[in-house]
Amino acid sequence: MITVTVRFFAGHRDIVGKATAQYTLAEGATLGQLWEQLVAEYPRLAGYTGRLLFAVNQQFGQPTTVLADGDEVAFIPPVSGG
Amino acid sequence: MVEPFVITTEPLDPAPLVAAVQTPDDGAVVTFSGVVRNHFGGRPTAFLVYEAYTEMAVPVLRQIADEARARWPIGKVCVHHRVGKLEIGETAVLVVVAAPHRDAAFAAAAYIMDRIKEIAPIWKQEHWADGAAEWRE
Repeated sequence: MITVTVRFFAGHRDIVGKATAQYTLAEGATLGQLWEQLVAEYPRLAGYTGRLLFAVNQQFGQPTTVLADGDEVAFIPPVSGG
Repeated sequence: MVEPFVITTEPLDPAPLVAAVQTPDDGAVVTFSGVVRNHFGGRPTAFLVYEAYTEMAVPVLRQIADEARARWPIGKVCVHHRVGKLEIGETAVLVVVAAPHRDAAFAAAAYIMDRIKEIAPIWKQEHWADGAAEWRE
């Protein structure tokens, strides 16, 4: 098993009610699988599916990116800087 | 010493950034200031709150500047973005680009701003004059 830290921002943090959370996952788990798990836990996140950017350890990732123990994951809701 | 890529809660001032990017090779310095306005979509705004994933946003701003440098012959670039509560008229972002010639500086500044709005992990929460609030997404 691996443990990752998930950071929540903006609208996601409002839905989840916290800024960070730890998740224990099976070896080989991907970003996309973790997102599906979060949507199951917090159904209001479902509206963001397909409108996300994915990040692992502050680098952009893909739904297929395989997670490793200690990773910091962020699911980035639509950005609106500037 | 001005850091080129910064996320800060402090008010933004373009003058030190202009001085930081300019070299004797540059005939053009373009400064874009993104300023908080009092309306969006016809609805009055009271103020904005910006939030960033700072540890990622800083390297993403650097990546965006590198993308611009690969497309146009430009010199130094500074991008500073403010976070926290911003009142109407305050500056949310500064993009400052130096280049030997103005065409490249204008094009790169516009490109950098467009890319910030596409991929930089920074979020804006609109606080409407009627008291409601929502993330712009």
